[in-house]
Amino acid sequence: MATTPTSTPAPKTNRLGLTVIEYKGGKTTLCAGCGHNAISERIIDAMYEMGVEPHRVAKMSGIGCSSKSPAYFMSKSHSFNSVHGRMPSVTTGAMLANRTLMALGISGDGDTASIGIGQFIHLMRRNLPMIYIIEDNGVYGLTKGQFSATADLGSVLKTGVINDLPPIDTCALAIQLGATFVGRSFSGDKKQLLAMLKAAIAHNGTVMLDVISPCVTFNDHEGSTKSYKFTKDHEEPLQDVSFVPFFEDISVDYEAGETINVKMHDGSKLRLHKLEEDYNPTDKLQAINRLAKAHQDGEILTGVFYVNTKAPTFMELLNMVDEPLATLPQSTVRPPKEVLEKCMAALR
Amino acid sequence: MATTDIAVQNIGSGKEGQRVINDWSLQVATVNGSGSQSANTVILRTIFQMGVPVSGKNLFPSNIAGLPTWYTIRANKNGYIARKKEIDFVVAMNPETAVEDVKSLGAGAAVLYDEPLNLRAVRNDLAFYSVPFDKIVASVCPDAKLRKLVKNMIYPGVLAFLLGFDMAEMEKAIRRQFGKKQKAADLNVNAAKAGYDFAVSHLEKHDPFWIERMDENRGKIIIDGNAAAALGCMFAGVTVVTWYPITPSSSLVESLIDYMKKYRIGPDGKSTFAIVQAEDELAAIGMVLGAAWAGARSMTATAGPGISLMAEFTGLGYYVEVPAVIWDIQRVGPSTGLPTRTAQGDISFVAGLSHGDTKHIMLFPSRPEECFSMAGEAFDLAEQFQTPVFVLSDLDLGMNNWMADSFEYPTKPINRGKVLSKEDLDRLGGFARYKDVDGDGIGYRTLPGVDHPAGAWFARGSGHNEKSQYSERPDDYVNNLDRLNRKFQTARSFVPKPELVANGTSKIGVIAYGTSHWAMTESRDQLKKEYDFDIDYLRLRAFPFTKEVHEFIASHDRVYIVDQNRDGQMRDLLKLDLDPSQVTKLRSVRHYNGLPIDARSITDEIISQEGR
Repeated sequence: MATTPTSTPAPKTNRLGLTVIEYKGGKTTLCAGCGHNAISERIIDAMYEMGVEPHRVAKMSGIGCSSKSPAYFMSKSHSFNSVHGRMPSVTTGAMLANRTLMALGISGDGDTASIGIGQFIHLMRRNLPMIYIIEDNGVYGLTKGQFSATADLGSVLKTGVINDLPPIDTCALAIQLGATFVGRSFSGDKKQLLAMLKAAIAHNGTVMLDVISPCVTFNDHEGSTKSYKFTKDHEEPLQDVSFVPFFEDISVDYEAGETINVKMHDGSKLRLHKLEEDYNPTDKLQAINRLAKAHQDGEILTGVFYVNTKAPTFMELLNMVDEPLATLPQSTVRPPKEVLEKCMAALR
Repeated sequence: MATTDIAVQNIGSGKEGQRVINDWSLQVATVNGSGSQSANTVILRTIFQMGVPVSGKNLFPSNIAGLPTWYTIRANKNGYIARKKEIDFVVAMNPETAVEDVKSLGAGAAVLYDEPLNLRAVRNDLAFYSVPFDKIVASVCPDAKLRKLVKNMIYPGVLAFLLGFDMAEMEKAIRRQFGKKQKAADLNVNAAKAGYDFAVSHLEKHDPFWIERMDENRGKIIIDGNAAAALGCMFAGVTVVTWYPITPSSSLVESLIDYMKKYRIGPDGKSTFAIVQAEDELAAIGMVLGAAWAGARSMTATAGPGISLMAEFTGLGYYVEVPAVIWDIQRVGPSTGLPTRTAQGDISFVAGLSHGDTKHIMLFPSRPEECFSMAGEAFDLAEQFQTPVFVLSDLDLGMNNWMADSFEYPTKPINRGKVLSKEDLDRLGGFARYKDVDGDGIGYRTLPGVDHPAGAWFARGSGHNEKSQYSERPDDYVNNLDRLNRKFQTARSFVPKPELVANGTSKIGVIAYGTSHWAMTESRDQLKKEYDFDIDYLRLRAFPFTKEVHEFIASHDRVYIVDQNRDGQMRDLLKLDLDPSQVTKLRSVRHYNGLPIDARSITDEIISQEGR
């Protein structure tokens, strides 16, 4: 029997020539079926497809199930798993030290909306270039199922406890305070989440994505408003989100008036095909109103709520040199002897 | 408001018929916010310019305006610049405290007062000088709105006559004070002159206190410890500063902002630094650690309440092994305490700040020169040992003006510690973050962004092994904790050594640190002069304690530890570090009333404990 030589097809690579394996992380220790694992997968896809250099990514987190997840994607990236609710300050410091990093913060609803609400609020005000993802399941997993501050009014715990306090809408807060790319997605909505993550990578400023990520162990039952079923049943997408990276020359036809085309910082295009006629994601007031209405109507509104590609980032406000402060040479950071002499003369 | 805590005054050192030259202290009592700070600085500088050693201490309330405030100026030919307990000369401008201020003086002291206060009636054993300030100010300041501020520049002029200040030097000091504000300078010079002229024609000197020119201040500067620290940080190459305002540390960062804006802007007009006012101390230290992890020389400055808030992050810095420089300008605690008064009350707390087994390097500056030099040492130690380093200054040092020698330009290159570059990684192929390769307990780190596939490591505050992987294994945990301890032991040989001020002359020793040094120096002279008692003296400069500290204690029968706190915190730290046979040698001298420590208090306490 004649054999024809076969060549194994070259593995698929991205624009850097890296395979998706280069973006993988350690084996997850979260529960099987946890929404967080799906989000990790989408992060891997987005980073791979966007061709982000892994060594440039700083994975940041606080404490909780969500905050463990940076160990489960992108092992070739640097990572700082810090303290509960304080990831924003650690990330801010890291970006001050090295503005060429791409900061990706992973937080949870407890880590953000309860213990970390103070730092969250001030982070949003600064428009620090970073991607802030809340893996939002409305419940504390590691401590076995207590409510967090994003749990909806009337949501019921497995134990029968009913949440009688209103939730904090992290998206509405972020928009009001100054974040420049704000949206909500669902760990089970692969397409939308991937498109939003890619747009997040392309954005220069604070990206705040609240991703509903059901907790299969403590909050996926009847009566929970953050279960897979409830989310699927109540998800109300604001737009069809798609994304064309700057390095792909694809022209997509769209009908004027039906799609909003947002040109991102790096030249990529975020396309928001309108599902609601008059929604304008560059209008802050409309965004906040729409979110309030969603609460009123019991919808889980998803999509890109607000985007502003013009606002100055914290880095720009600080007017720092272009190169990382971290590695400036002594000749730059220690003024010459004459300066000290001048200072001394002024004090004599 | 009770004033006795501030105006604790013993016997004035004046004696009839005898001139007391360059050895007195002056206390100015005013109302907070009345502009007396300028006048007091002018007096301080006039004395300084006349070559006489001088110190000024502001005893102020936690208030913007309205509460009583005192400023003490001490001129001393021997160079004693600690606070002097006894007040020789009072300028009484505050009706609220005047009677109390005068009552608490020793016989023979002098009082210059605002005429309407009529203090002469209070006592008959003091030298009184009555001055109609309102009348004088009206004659030199036509603008009634400005009179309140200008009024306070009259007493320096009156004092110039009474104490013998050179009016030309005073005018120089005033013009310096007001800088380019020519009109304000003229107005104030005229006010001082009017005070002087009034005194010449209306007052008759009948106290013994005089100033005479010396030449002790050549080349010296006047600076507060916080500004000195700021300069030190700038020359240490700090790049990221994150802070939250708190008395008495705010002026450190504010001075730093001024200096950095002047001297750390690149040719393209861009900053070679970032200074961020955070939302609280939690965020301030979080930013410091994030920046240091990413490779910046980063720092914050705070005081006790801020230190409390920084506890959790400090533990993270210790365990993840991230450098940080934290200035603790200590004030009186616990809780809010006395925010504008001085103490050394954070020693024990900072030494082991955070939960779990933690220990931190601490440096103790005693003077502006050390605020400057220890800034550089703190950054080098933090990066060398990859750990938070605390510099424990205090309100007295940080916020008061001190005479100092000109600072020396750092000669040692900046030490960034064990950081692996891309080239190192190419050569090594990889690394294990917490492996003790060199046997000193210090691992090698990489910085985020290093362009190498093996460059990343996972920084985590949870249990980890040598490769910084998550681990709950008992052996990993123990190995890691033991290595951290080894690292701390290594630090003993690298932290600033103590100053052996006097050794080998006595079987009795004393250990002091920080600002207690000045009172201690004077106290040793008092002990010698008044009791013929020699006492050896070691000035501690760092924790962990170096071998010189152990040797000093071992070679003495008794060792007094001077602390500006209630519990003898440094003594307690020493106890933990000493061989049990040495512990009983320690005795404690404590001072904790919110005022800077004075020599007399130390002398009296040592004499009492010695049973002399």
